[in-house]
Amino acid sequence: MPDLLLELFSEEIPARMQAKAAEDLRRMVTDKLVAEGLVYEGAKAFSTPRRLALTVHGIPARQPDLKTERRGPKVGAPDAAVQGFLKATGLKSLDEAKIQRDPKGDFYIGLIEKPGRDAIDVLAEILPVIIRTFPWPKSMRWGARSGKPGSLNWVRPLHAITATFGLETEEPDIVKFEVDGIETGQTTYGHRFMAPDAISVRRFEDYEAKLLDAKVVLDSERRKDAILTDAKQLAFAQGFELVEDQNLLDEVAGLVEWPVVLMGSFEQEFLATPAEVIRATIRNNQKCFVVSDPKTGKLANKFILVANIEATDGGKTIIAGNERVIRARLSDAKFFYETDLKTKLEDRLPKFEQIVFHEKLGTQAERIKRIERLAAEIAPLVRADVEKTKRAAHLAKADLLTEVVGEFPEVQGLMGKYYALAQGEHASVAAACEEHYKPQGPTDRVPTDPVSVAVALADKIDTLVGFWAINEKPTGSKDPYALRRAALGVIRLIADNALRLSLTKVAASALAGLSVQPVDAQKLPGDLLAFFADRLKVQLREQGARHDLVDAVFALGGQDDLLMIVRRVEALGKFLETDDGKNLLAGIKRASNILGIEEKKDKRSFDGAPDATLYGLDEEKALAQAIGEVTAEANAAIAREDFAAAMTAMAKLRPPVDAFFEKVRVNDDDPKVRENRLKLLNEIRSATRAVADFSKIQD
Amino acid sequence: MDASLPAHMRPERSFQGFILALQRFWAEQGCVILQPYDMEMGAGTFHPATTLRALGPKPWNAAYVQPSRRPKDGRYGENPNRMQHYYQFQVIMKPSPPNLQELYLKSLAAIGIDSAVHDIRFVEDDWESPTLGAWGLGWECWCDGMEVSQFTYFQQVAGFECAPVAGELTYGLERLAMYVQGVDRVYDLNFNGRDGDAKVTYGDVFLQAEKEYSKHNFEVADTAMLFEQFKMAEGACRKYLEAGWKDGKREAHLMALPAYDQCIKASHVFNLLDARGVISVTERQSYILRVRELAKACGEAWIHTEAGGAA
Repeated sequence: MPDLLLELFSEEIPARMQAKAAEDLRRMVTDKLVAEGLVYEGAKAFSTPRRLALTVHGIPARQPDLKTERRGPKVGAPDAAVQGFLKATGLKSLDEAKIQRDPKGDFYIGLIEKPGRDAIDVLAEILPVIIRTFPWPKSMRWGARSGKPGSLNWVRPLHAITATFGLETEEPDIVKFEVDGIETGQTTYGHRFMAPDAISVRRFEDYEAKLLDAKVVLDSERRKDAILTDAKQLAFAQGFELVEDQNLLDEVAGLVEWPVVLMGSFEQEFLATPAEVIRATIRNNQKCFVVSDPKTGKLANKFILVANIEATDGGKTIIAGNERVIRARLSDAKFFYETDLKTKLEDRLPKFEQIVFHEKLGTQAERIKRIERLAAEIAPLVRADVEKTKRAAHLAKADLLTEVVGEFPEVQGLMGKYYALAQGEHASVAAACEEHYKPQGPTDRVPTDPVSVAVALADKIDTLVGFWAINEKPTGSKDPYALRRAALGVIRLIADNALRLSLTKVAASALAGLSVQPVDAQKLPGDLLAFFADRLKVQLREQGARHDLVDAVFALGGQDDLLMIVRRVEALGKFLETDDGKNLLAGIKRASNILGIEEKKDKRSFDGAPDATLYGLDEEKALAQAIGEVTAEANAAIAREDFAAAMTAMAKLRPPVDAFFEKVRVNDDDPKVRENRLKLLNEIRSATRAVADFSKIQD
Repeated sequence: MDASLPAHMRPERSFQGFILALQRFWAEQGCVILQPYDMEMGAGTFHPATTLRALGPKPWNAAYVQPSRRPKDGRYGENPNRMQHYYQFQVIMKPSPPNLQELYLKSLAAIGIDSAVHDIRFVEDDWESPTLGAWGLGWECWCDGMEVSQFTYFQQVAGFECAPVAGELTYGLERLAMYVQGVDRVYDLNFNGRDGDAKVTYGDVFLQAEKEYSKHNFEVADTAMLFEQFKMAEGACRKYLEAGWKDGKREAHLMALPAYDQCIKASHVFNLLDARGVISVTERQSYILRVRELAKACGEAWIHTEAGGAA
C-alpha cells in the first residue's frame, strides 16, 4: 500500500515548540485519514529547526465504497414527500426503492452507494485544511500576501511544502494542493550553510537519506543522542564529566540541524562565583553545558557548546567567540555577586515597602512581617529556636532584591543562603533562606532543620490564608499563585517531619495578621481544611494509596491535625488489607445499609442505647458486650494515638458481627425487639467511628 | 566584503567603515538610506521611518543609523560594553521580502562575518514594545553565541495590524564591530580605521559624553522640569492630533508627524525620570500606558494621511 511523505519547510521554528508541533501534525493527519475511512499502518513525525516532516505508511490507495440506506416516506405518502426522497437519494423513481415493513407501516428505503475516492484526492483535500488550522502556540503573517485578509498564519514564514504519495516500487505522485501561494512539490533544501541547495525527494526513505547527505539529521532523538554522546566523550577525554541537563539538551537539539559539539574554557578565577550562578549564566544565556571534575564534583572552568556547522577552521573561531561571550557574561555575574555581597540582606528590606505583593494583600514588606510573626508562633510547635526563626523569616526574601537573583530568578533562595553565610548568620538561618521555598513539588526534598520548617510553613500558610481571604482560590486548571503546590508543601512538611500542629489554629492566627477583611471569615478555616483534604487525596492517589480513606477520616469532623489524619489513614489502609478488616467493613456496611433502609421506612433514626433486657439471643448479647469492650479499648488506643492498636481492637468486632448477621433476624415481628436490634446496629456504626467513618470507604 | 576598499575603510578595522559597509549593502537592496532622526529616542524602532511607515499598505524600504538613548544603562564610562548612548542600525522592508533571512546573512558577510567559520543561529525571540503598542515574532540572531541582531516580523504597531507585514532588522553596531575588530572594550574600537597618531577611538569620541551623561541622568537631571515636560509633550501631542483632522472629520489627517514627535519626546522624558528613580513601580506602568495611548493615537492619525496610505 502507498505511503505519504509530507514536509513543511519554514524559517526557524522556536525550539520549545518543535516536539509538540510534530506530534500535532501526526495526530491531525492520521485522525483525519481514519475519519475518511483510510486506515493506515504506521506514522511517524519529525522536527528540526526548519522543518516539520511526517511519514504515514500503508495508506489504502482508495477509500472503501460506502453503502448507506435511507428511510423515506410511508407508502402512499403525498407526492411532495416522495419527490423530496427521490431527490435526496438520487433515485430515478420509486421502483428503485425497497419497501420495508415495520410496526408503523410500510416505508420506502433508498440504497445510496457512495464510491470511495482515491486516497491522494482525499489527502489533497485534508492537508491544506490541517495546515491552515495548525495549532501553533503563537503564529504570524508575513510578506506581500499579509496585506490581504485571510493570509496564512504559520509559526514563522513557510517556504515550501513537499507532499508525495505512492508505492515503494513506483515513482510517487505529488499530492497537489496550494496554500497561500505555496504549491506542493518534491523539492526541499539541505542545511542552511553547509548544503543549501535544492534537493528532489521521492519518498520518506530517500528523503531522510538525502537530508543526511545534506547535513540535516531529521530525527531530534538522533540529534540528542549524538550531542549527548559527543559531549560526554569530549568531557571524558579531558578528564571531566558532563553535567547532564535534559531540558537544555532538548532545547539545544531544537536549535541545530547538524550538531557539532565543541569545548571551550574560561578563566579559573570565575570559579570563585557560586557554581549555581556559573551554571545558570552558561546555561540560560549561552545554552551551553558545564562540566565538573569527577574527583571533587566541583565545576571545572570548561563549557560545552553545540554548534550548527562543521566550520572550515575546525571550530576555532566559534570556540573563541563563545569564550568571549561567556567571559563577559561571567564577569557580569561575578560583578553582580560581588556587588551583592557589599550590602547586608537586612539593608535591602526597606525597598520591599515599594513593592506590591498583591494588590489586595499589600506590599512585600507587609507580607514579610506577617511571615515573621507567624513563623515565630509556629517555631515552638516544631521545636525551632524562636529567635533564629524570626531572624530567618526576616531575611529569607531579601535576596529577591539582589542583582544575581534579578538576573537569574531560578537561584532565588540559594543566593539568600550564600549571602546570609557571608554576613555571618547562623547556619540554620542561612539554610532557611534557601529551604523555606521547599518542597516545591511532590518529589522535591523536604527540609528538616526546624528553623527552615517553621519559616517554610509560615510562608506557605500565609500565602494560602491570604488568597483564601480575598477569594482567589484555584479553579480547574487555573492556579496562578501555585496554591495547590503550597498546600501540598504544608502536608509534606508536616508528615515527613512528624509535626503536631492544629491547622485551624495556625490558619486563624495567620488570618488575624491580615489587614484585609476576609471575604468569609466564618467559613474560611473549614474551606481551607477541605482544600488540604483534597490535596492529601491527590497526593495519596499519586502514590498509589487509597485516597477514599481520607474522606473516611475527615468525615469524623474536628480533624485538623494533618499528621494524625495521615497516621489514621495509614493505619486504616493497613487494616483494610487484612481479612478481619475486609470482613468487618462488609459487616459495617451491611449494618449501615439495613439501618439506612429502616430509617427511611420509619422516618426516624435509631439513636440511643439498646435495652439489654430485650436481648433474646446469645449473639445479640455477645455483640453488645463486644461493642462495649472494643469501644473502650479503641478509645484508649486513640487517646494514645496508637491507631494500629485501635484497628486491632476493631478487629475483635468481626466474629460477633458475623455471628449476629448469621443468626439474628433484625426485622423481628415484635416492634420493640426490632427497634432494639436496630439500635444495636447503630452501636456498631458509632463504635467504629472511633477510627473512621466506614460508610465513606469505597468497596 | 569589497576587496577594493582601502584598509582604513574596511569593516573589520574601522567603525565608520563598518557602518558604511552596512549602508552600502542595504542601499543595493533598494533601501532608502536615511540619516538619524533628530530627536532623542530609546531605540531605532521609534524613528517615524519605522513606527509610522510600518503602518498602512504602501511599500517602504529603508535603512538608517539611529543613536539610542537609554539613560538607565549609563555606567560612567566604566563598563566595557554598557552605555547610555549607542548606535543601532535599523532596516525596515515592507512587505517583508521572501528572502529577508538570506539578505540578512549576506549583510553579515558584507561586514566580514563568514558563515563558513561562524556559527550563526536564529533563536526564538518575540519582540514587544509596550510603549509603542507593538509586537512581532522573530529571532535574536546569534553569532558564535553572541546576540548580534534582532529580526522581527512586525504584526502590530501602535495597536494596528500591519497589513502587509514589515520585516525589521536591528543591528547592535558597537557589539558587532567589537566582535569583528576583536576588542573587549567598546572604547577601544578603532573609529576611523587609521593607525598611530591618526587613529581615533570610540573612546576619543564618546567617553567624555558617557561620563557626563551618566552623571546627568542619574544625579542631576532636573526632575521637576522633566515632570513638566512630560505633561507638556503629552498635551501638545493630543492638541496637534486633534487639530490635524481635516475639516474636523476623522477621515483625513494633516499633522501626524509633528504629533508623533511629541510622543517620542514624552517617551524619552519618561526614560530620564525612570533613571532618576523618581517613578514608583505602580506609577511606572501608568506612564508606559500614557505613552502607548499617544503612540496609538499617532498611528491612527498616520494611516489617515496621504503617505500613510489613506485613499
